[in-house]
Amino acid sequence: MSQETLLEIEHMSKAFGDNQVLKDISLDVHKGEVVAIIGPSGSGKSTLLRCATLLETMDGGSMKYSGHPVCLAEDGKAGPAKYIEKNELKKMHQYFGLVFQNFNLFPHYSVLKNVVNPALINGMGTKEEIEANAKALLDQFGLAQKYDAYPCELSGGQQQRVSIARALALKPGILFLDEPTSALDPELTAEVLKLLKELAKEHITMIIVTHELGFAREVSDRILFIEGGNIVEQGTPDELFNSQNQRVRDFIGKLSSH
Amino acid sequence: MDLQTTLIQLGQGLWVSFEIFALTLLFALPLGMVVAFGRMSSNKIISTLTKIYISIMRGTPLMLQLIVVYFGPWYMFRMRISDSYRFIAVIIAFSLNYAAYFAEIYRGGIESIPKGQYEAAQVLGYSKWQTFWHIILPQVIKRVLPSVTNEIITLVKDTSLAFAIALAEMFTVAKQISAASSTIVPLMIAGLYYYLFNLVVSWGMEQIEKHYRYYKI
Repeated sequence: MSQETLLEIEHMSKAFGDNQVLKDISLDVHKGEVVAIIGPSGSGKSTLLRCATLLETMDGGSMKYSGHPVCLAEDGKAGPAKYIEKNELKKMHQYFGLVFQNFNLFPHYSVLKNVVNPALINGMGTKEEIEANAKALLDQFGLAQKYDAYPCELSGGQQQRVSIARALALKPGILFLDEPTSALDPELTAEVLKLLKELAKEHITMIIVTHELGFAREVSDRILFIEGGNIVEQGTPDELFNSQNQRVRDFIGKLSSH
Repeated sequence: MDLQTTLIQLGQGLWVSFEIFALTLLFALPLGMVVAFGRMSSNKIISTLTKIYISIMRGTPLMLQLIVVYFGPWYMFRMRISDSYRFIAVIIAFSLNYAAYFAEIYRGGIESIPKGQYEAAQVLGYSKWQTFWHIILPQVIKRVLPSVTNEIITLVKDTSLAFAIALAEMFTVAKQISAASSTIVPLMIAGLYYYLFNLVVSWGMEQIEKHYRYYKI
């Protein structure tokens, strides 16, 4: 793992009305790191990902991608987050990718077009280069026979693999995954987790919100336990699974007994 | 009047009906999209004005709207109504009326597209316009086709309302011949023509729907 910091979040806070979903989240992610985020429902895990991927605007704190500020707190700490200009903000999309729980593939595009078109839109190279890269990704993900299929013709596991290929085709620095297997049955979950393990071996930087504790333990360099909008505990998988914190123990115990 | 002359005269009327039909679609289909955007605008003034517009267009008879558009310039500005304005008035009234209906259909279609499609496009670096053009619009078209087909079939029959301002489309012609020769045969023939017209329209729309059947939403 290199020391290059891809993402710096300091004192991130976010409320929806009276509901303070994120209170004070600080997080650095280094190149090649795999970070798993676990925690009960409603703890703010998804909101954290949505703020990081600019689907929501955070209220307070700062965030930087590869040293480039997205928003800065005026007081340098937990104060109101001041975002950079809109035109500059759009360029930040190159630093990250997001895989959704329910895939959100484009239903009117074939598998290949789903992977190719975003890269074309972003001017990632010539059409030939982009197609070759997309096909290489799809082949690697076991979808070589599915170039011309439409999302509605695929299993959930296949759809999720396409959506991971779609995100990686843009060569993002960090890949965020928001409960990537929650919409899948156990068999299909296993097939997607296998792929994610391969990506972890390739040292693709990932931040994964998941309820699959065994998977999190196996692939991640670091696990964060989030509850009530705060990072309650973080550490290596071994540290977390042997945590003395009662809440963490309860949560892990509950999920593992399933 | 013999049958052959009747058929020819009705045929000429049918051509006028077809012109109303085609020009109305040409203007109302895109105009409906503009109105739909106005209706969904976050600007309160624009969305309220559009809402009132749609409400009036849908809440009053098209026949009355025709009369207002046709006679309005004279009543309001004392402008002389030229003979060629008759046809133009029909196209204006029909386009404004149908745009309101199409707008509501489009709005329903646009609002039915899951939020996740916008979010995926945004994260993948699509601009707002690219998202609409590449991702949303194609799916909206597929979704609204059955409702649009309904409106288009109604439009074929509604062209007969141009009768209200005595434009010589098929129904007007049929009514004149019928009155002159004291028989309803010309009206029956006109009915047959409308029916055949709609058979062609339905077939055409079915082909378009088939074209979009390659994927499911």
